Amino acid sequence: MSDIYEALAKIVGKDYVSNQKEDRYFYGRDPGLMKPHEPDYVVMPRTTEEIQQIVRLANKEKTPVVPKGAGLALTGLVIPQKGGIVLDMKRMERILEVNEKARYVIVEGGTTHGVLKSHLQKHYPKLRHSIPDSPPIATVVANAVIHGQGRLTQQRGFNSDMVSGLEVVLPTGEICRIGSCSVSPYWFSKGPPLPDLTGLFLGWFGTTGIITKLALKLYPCKRIRDVMLFLTDRAELVPDIVLKLGHTEMMEDIVISTQPIPLRFRGNFFILVFITGDSEEEIEFKTKMAWDTLWEYFDSRDGGFVSITPDMKAPMMAMPSKDTTRFADVRKGGGFEYSGPIAPVDRYPDFVRKLEELASDYNLSYASAARVINGGHCMMFSFSYTFNRADPDEMDRAKKALDEAAEFSLEQGGVIWKPNIDEQKMMMARMDPNTLELMGKLKGLLDPNGIMNPGNWEAK
Amino acid sequence: MQEYADQIHRCFRCGYCTFPTDYSYFNCPSYRRFRFESYSTAGRLWLTYAWLKGEIDWSEHLAEILYSCTTCKNCVEQCPMKFAGDIVDWIVGARSDMVEKSKIPLEVGRFFEAVQVYGNPLKLPRAERDTWAGGINRYEPGDEYLFYVGCLGSYDENGQRMARGLAELLKQARISFGILGKEEECCGNEVYMLGEMGLFQMLAEKNIQRFKELGVRKIVTLSPHAYNTMKNNYPEFGAGFQVYHYTQLLYDLIKRNMIRFSQNQAKVTYQDPCFLGRYNKIYDEPRQILQGIPGIELVEMERNREDSFCCGGGSGNFVMDLLAGGEEIPSRVRVREAYETGADTLAVACPSCMTMFMDAVKEEGLEDRLTIKDVSQIVNESLPC
Repeated sequence: MSDIYEALAKIVGKDYVSNQKEDRYFYGRDPGLMKPHEPDYVVMPRTTEEIQQIVRLANKEKTPVVPKGAGLALTGLVIPQKGGIVLDMKRMERILEVNEKARYVIVEGGTTHGVLKSHLQKHYPKLRHSIPDSPPIATVVANAVIHGQGRLTQQRGFNSDMVSGLEVVLPTGEICRIGSCSVSPYWFSKGPPLPDLTGLFLGWFGTTGIITKLALKLYPCKRIRDVMLFLTDRAELVPDIVLKLGHTEMMEDIVISTQPIPLRFRGNFFILVFITGDSEEEIEFKTKMAWDTLWEYFDSRDGGFVSITPDMKAPMMAMPSKDTTRFADVRKGGGFEYSGPIAPVDRYPDFVRKLEELASDYNLSYASAARVINGGHCMMFSFSYTFNRADPDEMDRAKKALDEAAEFSLEQGGVIWKPNIDEQKMMMARMDPNTLELMGKLKGLLDPNGIMNPGNWEAK
Repeated sequence: MQEYADQIHRCFRCGYCTFPTDYSYFNCPSYRRFRFESYSTAGRLWLTYAWLKGEIDWSEHLAEILYSCTTCKNCVEQCPMKFAGDIVDWIVGARSDMVEKSKIPLEVGRFFEAVQVYGNPLKLPRAERDTWAGGINRYEPGDEYLFYVGCLGSYDENGQRMARGLAELLKQARISFGILGKEEECCGNEVYMLGEMGLFQMLAEKNIQRFKELGVRKIVTLSPHAYNTMKNNYPEFGAGFQVYHYTQLLYDLIKRNMIRFSQNQAKVTYQDPCFLGRYNKIYDEPRQILQGIPGIELVEMERNREDSFCCGGGSGNFVMDLLAGGEEIPSRVRVREAYETGADTLAVACPSCMTMFMDAVKEEGLEDRLTIKDVSQIVNESLPC
């Protein structure tokens, strides 16, 4: 056994550290298409203090540290590109506080969205958080770190916009509180009226520190929730339809999906419009507003609301959405990945054309779900391709399609969401040089030994 | 077993399999116990696929990961994919491959050896199989039911108490039944789940042949494990018996007024055995028995029915205990959950659950506050004097 193994075992207990081949194999890859690379150790800490000790050890040994939630970004962000220690955070799973009056929850660094959802439903049924479409094992912290989106993103912005405080172990081992909690017992604000330092950690993929506690804003959970389905076969109309719906300021969530299978779906764009209300009257009013807003498309015969059977409605309403995961088995192959540019909504028709073109060029099955962000400031568009993990050629084609989609998205003015290491390089190559230099300076200042998730955001 | 090899890559490692329906906490016993993702269903499937592809070699650790699955079927219940129903078959298939290559954990090898030589995994003499059964008739042609007692019912102190209690009830209800005594053989459910298909076939064929020789038409089992394999696996080898778990029979006797209650006084919570619940969808009968007893208040644990949390004893773990060690073993987690309901009694319908929980209440220091009783024992205690 190595000295590092023994030291880690001393910190977390021998049951929660491994250097066995099987564990390293599993933690060396994710469900996406990025090349695997194994860690030397997998560690499951239970406390902030244990993480502090691990970070100090890693600095001493100049060993990389990669904090990991469930590894569901699909873009290899927690594949330890240079080996070292993977910190599986999921033993830090407690919900520490729900402040009903100030509407926030404080969770530990490995608390899952599933557990938080269940806890709120059971104990605080009038409060909710923005649940992403990723499986319930996705962690709240990891989702915020990648600027994830969820069911409240149309109304409230990225899930990271909903953060209201952090506790972070810095790469040099200090424990630091960010936001109102740095001067107050309350975790109601991530920055204002102080300087907003959460930007040093959110979006950095664990390269600038390890978030051990996070406060997340909670929102009213209305008694009734419903979904409407607007159908059009003209992609060029989608941006206006979406912006008109956003104008009502009444929709919970707006998602546009398109897929070629079954055949009757091909060429159609399904705009899912979710609404919530505390009474039937509120639901009825919001429904009417949506209908009135889009009535002109009925008149012009360009689109219309379609009826939804209860069987269709159930999976649409589910949070998280199991249908998102099921896309991986379309080709009975256990894999899918998407490139997800964040871009202005008016890019939608061009993105759809490219989505279909790439699927045709590379002979792939595709689907896309685009989510409107913050009333229409932008959207997340997904170029999603499924692949068979037992077919290396198909995996190769899917990777090429995604690479091309990323290039296209950047050309169209998009910014790639949760970019893999290659896409990070693409973006840094286009980035304002002074911005890039600033990123490099910040990274160097925070992580002088370069131990934190190396390979990611290497802004030199 | 080639079938599993062609399909196993389909797991997306999404992690739904680790949860119950409401996502309240992890519900996969081995993932809950070990917490490395490699011990989740996805871990098992990905690592087995890696082994098949030659990306990793067999190792004791790989075998431990594969064999720490209790085959409780929580993953089958929760996986969102179309192949969900096949997951346990894939795991059993992978184990079967390891058995064929003689690459299994030592404990598993000993389990097989004990069943092969002694007819039970506890390595106890065949001659002692019926020492619990004084005064209980041997099955004779014409008896309505063969009472299949099983290995734990025959040898384990707690299981024997269950078997005696049930036999007593059947007698009182004037049911004609008999046991096989020393002639009884292991049912093979665990042998099947652990992947020893040759030994399983031998056990199944031997049992079926004996049952046919005796003219058996109806079988009532003490264990949901035996119930499962006799009902679902034995027909493949020519069995055509009517198989019942004892809770089904008791419920029927109660409905027909052949068992009547006086009064009891207890707050009871009920553990759904995996091989009764998730495998065979029998959730209501045990509850209806308990709810039918005057004075019994039935309260549910948070995770129940399809979402029940396994005791950790499945796939032979009631003997091998590959999940042993610490406060987070499934049986200890579960008795804590039972205690949190405010119940004074944890009712079980499986000798494996009984054994696991009897140990767990002691380890948790709850033995004076939470009593583990089998459903038939509670029924017995509720009979008129």
